[in-house]
Amino acid sequence: MKIGVLALQGDFSEHISMLKSIGVEAVEVRLPKHLDGLSGLIIPGGESTTIGKLAVAYDLMEPLREFGKSHAIWGTCAGAIFLSKDAKVNQPLLGLMDITVQRNAFGRQVDSFETDLDIEELKKASGTTHPYHAVFIRAPIIEAVHGQAKALAALEDGRIVAAREGRLLATSFHPELTSDARFHQYFISLAG
Amino acid sequence: MEQKTGTWTEKKGLAQMLKGGVIMDVVTPEHAKIAEDAGACAVMALERVPADIRANGGVARMSDPDLILKIMDAVTIPVMAKCRIGHFVEAQILEAIGVDYIDESEVLTPADESNHILKHNFKVPFVCGCRNLGEALRRVGEGAAMIRTKGEAGTGDVVEAVRHARTVLGEIRRLITMADEELMAYAKEIGAPYELVKETKELGRMPVVNFAAGGVATPADAALMMQLGVDGVFVGSGIFKSGDPAKRAAAIVKAVTHYKDAGILAEVSKNLGEPMVGRNVSQMPEGEKIAGRGW
Repeated sequence: MKIGVLALQGDFSEHISMLKSIGVEAVEVRLPKHLDGLSGLIIPGGESTTIGKLAVAYDLMEPLREFGKSHAIWGTCAGAIFLSKDAKVNQPLLGLMDITVQRNAFGRQVDSFETDLDIEELKKASGTTHPYHAVFIRAPIIEAVHGQAKALAALEDGRIVAAREGRLLATSFHPELTSDARFHQYFISLAG
Repeated sequence: MEQKTGTWTEKKGLAQMLKGGVIMDVVTPEHAKIAEDAGACAVMALERVPADIRANGGVARMSDPDLILKIMDAVTIPVMAKCRIGHFVEAQILEAIGVDYIDESEVLTPADESNHILKHNFKVPFVCGCRNLGEALRRVGEGAAMIRTKGEAGTGDVVEAVRHARTVLGEIRRLITMADEELMAYAKEIGAPYELVKETKELGRMPVVNFAAGGVATPADAALMMQLGVDGVFVGSGIFKSGDPAKRAAAIVKAVTHYKDAGILAEVSKNLGEPMVGRNVSQMPEGEKIAGRGW
């Protein structure tokens, strides 16, 4: 199985390292032709405005939407914003996931935080019981899930920070910045 | 569950999100908007770009917090701001107004000629300049969560940026080949903390994100730095001192993403208008160079 990581801007190399560490072939995607032969795609953390503008400039929007109809895509942080139908601001979005996101929902960088999350679906999929340590950086929240999209994880105050819609996955946080590969394993199971 | 802020992972992590991107110097909210629209991954808010700091002379200090706040209001991308080397009160002020990253910068007039800021004391992350691996790892030892090679700011001449990037990356390549028992002597030689020398060898790269800065003026300059092996690029005077800032800014963003694709680099290099008027560093008196500031 070969997984692509959108390499327009952001921490794509961290995702690639994590995929390689669990024995998955991973390649950088910068142009539409790089999607050929992939089983799934990760859209990394970074700046969603930068990623969106570069995707528009290099005619990636429609190919990515087409890819998402029949393949697994996972967006982390900026990637989650890019996957959403509604980010409440005027910037290019793929609109693949029926979720509403709020950018920079926790404030500025000094408010960025790490915390443990109990994610039942992840525990079930991985056969583990320990919490998931999540790193949030100028993170968005998933303000609402609609239609077929469902919440996977939430903070104690109920704010949604991970969602899934079929083979599409969105997380507000950055599994690629940790050494815990359970989320990457989970995504591979959606792509396989 | 408990939420921890200001951790090393958080500080380093934001820099990781900036990788493969361009951080642009801006002096007004309108500039900031142009930079964001062009695809900048962050902006550096300041009163004068380095080329004007050079031209004006005098003491260069932290910018007016009101200007920085207006720039923070104008854009959704991260906003950085500069304080003087060793001026930890300027840093406290920048942290208090909520900037996302502080650049303890040699471009401003140093406030302390012996000591840099103890950056571990802050929740906000810092980026610092370096000319070699020893200087980089001393800054990381003080708590810098991101490094940029210094180059020679405000010149539009990429030669120093290349020199510093080649030096740092070359030293890392040599370090990787060293035997473990040689690391203490090497740490002593370059004046770097032993633990960070060891970590750099183990990782095979700088332990924090490493951008290039100081003299990048064209898409080709930016791609050159990327091909040399840095993680991203700061562009200071090169954009807003050029004939068509919006177009040049967008072209440099594209060049950093497609830095290995000469066809795309050729395309984005077309018809950009006048570049900034450069200053040839090799003909510049030593006293005018600023990269030597920092200890």
